[in-house]
This record gives sequence, structure tokens and C-alpha cells, in this order.
Amino acid sequence: MGSLAAHRLITAAIVLIGVSSITFFLLHLVPGDPIEVMLGESASIADRQQLRTDLGLDAPLTQQWLQFHKDLLTLDFGESLYSKRPIAATLVERIPWTLILALASISIAILIALPLGVLAALHPNTLWDSAAATVSLLGVSIPNFLLGPLLIIIFSVGLGWFPVSGTERITSIVLPALTLGASLAAILSRMVRASLLEVLSEEYIVSARARGLGAVPVVIYHAMPNAALPILTILGLQLGALLGGAVITEMIFAWPGVGQLTIEAIQRRDYPLVQACVLVISFAYVVVNTITDLIYARVDPRIETG
Amino acid sequence: MRIGTVISFLVVVAWLVIALISPFVINDVNAINLEQLFSGPSKNGFLGYDDLGRDIGLRVLQGSTVSCTVAIFVVTVSVLIGTMFGMFIGWHGGLVDLIGVRVMDIFLAFPGILLAIALAAVLGPGIENVLIALSIVSWVGFARLSRAQTLTVKHRDHVIVAQALGTPVFTICYRHVLPLILAPIIVEATFAIAAVIIAEAGLSFLGLGVQPPTPSWGAMIKEGTRYLLIAPHMALSPGLALFSIVIAINALGDRMRDSLQIRRSALQN
Repeated sequence: MGSLAAHRLITAAIVLIGVSSITFFLLHLVPGDPIEVMLGESASIADRQQLRTDLGLDAPLTQQWLQFHKDLLTLDFGESLYSKRPIAATLVERIPWTLILALASISIAILIALPLGVLAALHPNTLWDSAAATVSLLGVSIPNFLLGPLLIIIFSVGLGWFPVSGTERITSIVLPALTLGASLAAILSRMVRASLLEVLSEEYIVSARARGLGAVPVVIYHAMPNAALPILTILGLQLGALLGGAVITEMIFAWPGVGQLTIEAIQRRDYPLVQACVLVISFAYVVVNTITDLIYARVDPRIETG
Repeated sequence: MRIGTVISFLVVVAWLVIALISPFVINDVNAINLEQLFSGPSKNGFLGYDDLGRDIGLRVLQGSTVSCTVAIFVVTVSVLIGTMFGMFIGWHGGLVDLIGVRVMDIFLAFPGILLAIALAAVLGPGIENVLIALSIVSWVGFARLSRAQTLTVKHRDHVIVAQALGTPVFTICYRHVLPLILAPIIVEATFAIAAVIIAEAGLSFLGLGVQPPTPSWGAMIKEGTRYLLIAPHMALSPGLALFSIVIAINALGDRMRDSLQIRRSALQN
């Protein structure tokens, strides 16, 4: 067990260095002179030279790479070109909003997916099953930049139940969370159905039913705990799609999280800030997945090697 | 489900035909008709007019050209590169496999379309950069899938026999491994086409994709969201077009996966 954990942690470290290296090279992918792109043509030569020195772009590439990672270890992301504030401080303000949105979306996805998946698994190849399959096909096929405006038209403009955007009221989170959680709910309900179906044919389920237990207690006490692990893994993996989708969803609903910050930074050509946002979101994803794997191995003694 | 499959197939074929011929048939999608500003669907324009008085119906039809071109190009490139990469590291095993898997892990660590957004942002707007950004993100899925499949196939008897007979590695991979792993790759490619169509529209929605005035569904939805209150048809028309082709492709993919009886695990590992 210890060696598995060590192996998983070393892998995660390698992946994190790879992710930060790609993010580091993003700045060097800017066509032409990144300084000129960021400052515009009207900037003075002194300003350009200043920024070049600040970003360390006049140093050799290997030294730049080392410096980038040294700064990263001390959580020093540098300064935003636009607001001139330390990027770390801006991130600290924005991260909680994205965290809240992600948690709300996952909760909504689980609330939709569990009943849908259980219903489909208990009545396979019936009308229930195909209804659940249709809902999940709709869910994976509708992009969030379409679902968001649709929900706004129906629930904000039409019914007036929820605010169009912003964060003023507590109900402001409902529409963005629903937009972001819809595709996760769709994928999750398929997974719940598949893993429940697999478990339901096991002998201990048959024996529980034979002892006279009803369908509902059997699902809750005997089937779900055993079907939960693959569902949890999918949840961990799908967190990536969720975090990526948060960028667009936060834009639609003017939700002040890291996703909106990313797009604002892109529009202002504030590349150091773009790099920091990409790093934070990707690192969060890697860390959560590593933790999921470690928990998985701890909970399920059958897992021995990664 | 059978009827659904037929309808899905017809929808996809219809969009492909429209994507192919609309650049030649539709003359000017940017023609401005100021009297029709924001007007809804009518007999003059079946999907109405936008904020500049342009015919939304014509723009939606021609928007399919960008979507389909990008999707077909990106998925073709991704299948070729990803499958070759995955088969190569899966076949060699050992250190090559170890390094290859780490490389894939690194690309997979960027959540969703975040890497594509970042790449498109630094490369600058334009269709070439959209193609580059989405290809860099999409090949990994095929690499992972074909590596896993190659690992299961390479110890089969007929492959071992071919090796014993001294068949060159390339011939073994091409003739004895590839045909056996092709089915899941085709299913994955089907889903990938739908995903790339959504991703391209997403980049255009963020202003990072195809630039105006070229019609693109994502950009049209973005423009439409500014006028949701007065002209909801501006966002809904391109949205429904996008939704119709994506859901049709996904339904066909589901159908193919079920009929080929590919285990879910094979597609998700």
C-alpha cells in the first residue's frame, strides 16, 4: 500500500512539472515579440525593456524555466500587467467563487444522476430506461454556452425566478450550477446505471432479496455501497471537464471566479495572469485526481497496483 | 431507437451536404438589410435578421461549413497521430511506454478545453490556430485508447505467429493489430467529431476562434446573448443548429458502440 501511494505521488509530481513546463512555454508561443503583443505598439522602449527584465525574458531559456519554477514554489506568480497587483492576491479572491460553483454543480449533478441512474438500472430496457438514456443524451449534447442562455431566457426573463447574472442574491448560483452540472449529470447517470446493473446480478443481492428485503433497501444498503467506487472515479475524472467548462459558464453568468479571470486576462493580453490561471485550474484537477486514486486504493483492498 | 438512428443519420448527412455546397450556393451572408433589423422569423427570412440586419438563416446554414471543416480536419489529424503514438508505445512497452504514458498524462492534466483556450489565446485568433489548438488537445484520447487496445492484442496468438515468422513490425501493426483495434477507435472518433464541433463553437463563443464577419455558430450565439431580451432568435437559431448536429452524432456514436458491443471500460481507460 505504501509503495502504491509513493508511486502515485511521484507520478503526480512528474505530471505537475510537465503541466507547468507547457504553461511556461505558452508565453514563448506568442507569435513575434510577446512584449510588443502585451504592451502594444505605442509603448516606449524603456517600458518594453523594463517588462522584458521583469519577466526575465532576456535570460537564457533554461534559466527562465528554473526561475519560473522557483517562483512557483514560493507561490509568487508575479504581477498582473493590467492591474499591477500581485497575481497571487487576485487568485485568492477568485478561487473561492469557482470552488463554490464547482461544489454546487457537483451536488446538482448527483441529485439528478442518482435517481435517474437507479431508476434506469432497476427497470432495464423499459420506458424508464430509454427516458433516462434520452435525458442523458440531451445532457451530453447541449453545450454550456447554449444551455446557459436557454436557462436565462426561461427562468430569468420568462419566469423571473432567478437573477440573470452576478452574485448579489443567494439564488444567483442556481442557473450557473445547473448549466455547469448538466453534462456531468448526464455522464454520471449512465455510470450509475452501468455499475448498479453490474452489482445487481451479484449473489449477495439475490440473497438479500430472497430474505424478503424490498427493492429500495437492497439498493441503498447492499448495491449502492458496492457500486459507489467506479462512480467516484468517474466523478474525479469528470471534474476536469467541469473545471474547463467553468471558464465558459462563468463568462455567461458574470460569475467572478478563476474562469472569468482567465478570459478577462486573455482579452487584455495579460499573459502572466493567463499562465497563473491555467496553472491553478490544472493543478487543482491533478491534486483532486491523485487524492481520489489514493482514497480509492484505501477503500477498496482489491486494488494493488496503479 | 431504430427510427432515431435513421433520423440522426439523415440529420448528419443533411448538414454535411449543406456545409459542402453552401459556400457556392449562398452568395452574400453579410448583406445588410437595415429595414429588417432584429426582425423575427418571417417569409422574408426564415430565421429572421440580426443586430446588423443580416439574414440569420443564411448565416446559420453557412456556419456549418466552419464547424464541419474544423471537426473533420482535427479528428483526422488526431486519429492519425494519436493512433500511431498509442500503438507505438503500447507495442514497444518498457521505458518507451512509461515515458509515453507520462506525456499523455501531462496533456490529460489540462482540464477540458482549457489548454485549447490558452493555446488559441496566445497563438491569436483565426481558423488555422483553432485547428492547431484543438489538434494538440484531441490526439491524446486516441493515443490512450489505442495504447490500451494494443496492449490487449499484442499477446494474441496470430500476432506472436507473425512475429515468429519474421514479419516486419510495421506490417504486424498495420495488418495484424490495427484491424482489431479499429472498431473502438471509430466509435471514439464519432464522439470526438461532436466534441470538436462543440469546442470550436466554444472558442468562437469566447472570441478566440473564427473572426467576424465569417459566420460561425459559436460567434453567432455570443452575439445573440447580448440581445436575449429583444431578439432571442439570434442566439437560439445557431444554438439549435449546433445542438441538432451534435445530438445526432452522439446518438449515432451510442448506437455504434452498442452494436459493436464495445465494453464501456475499453472506451474510458
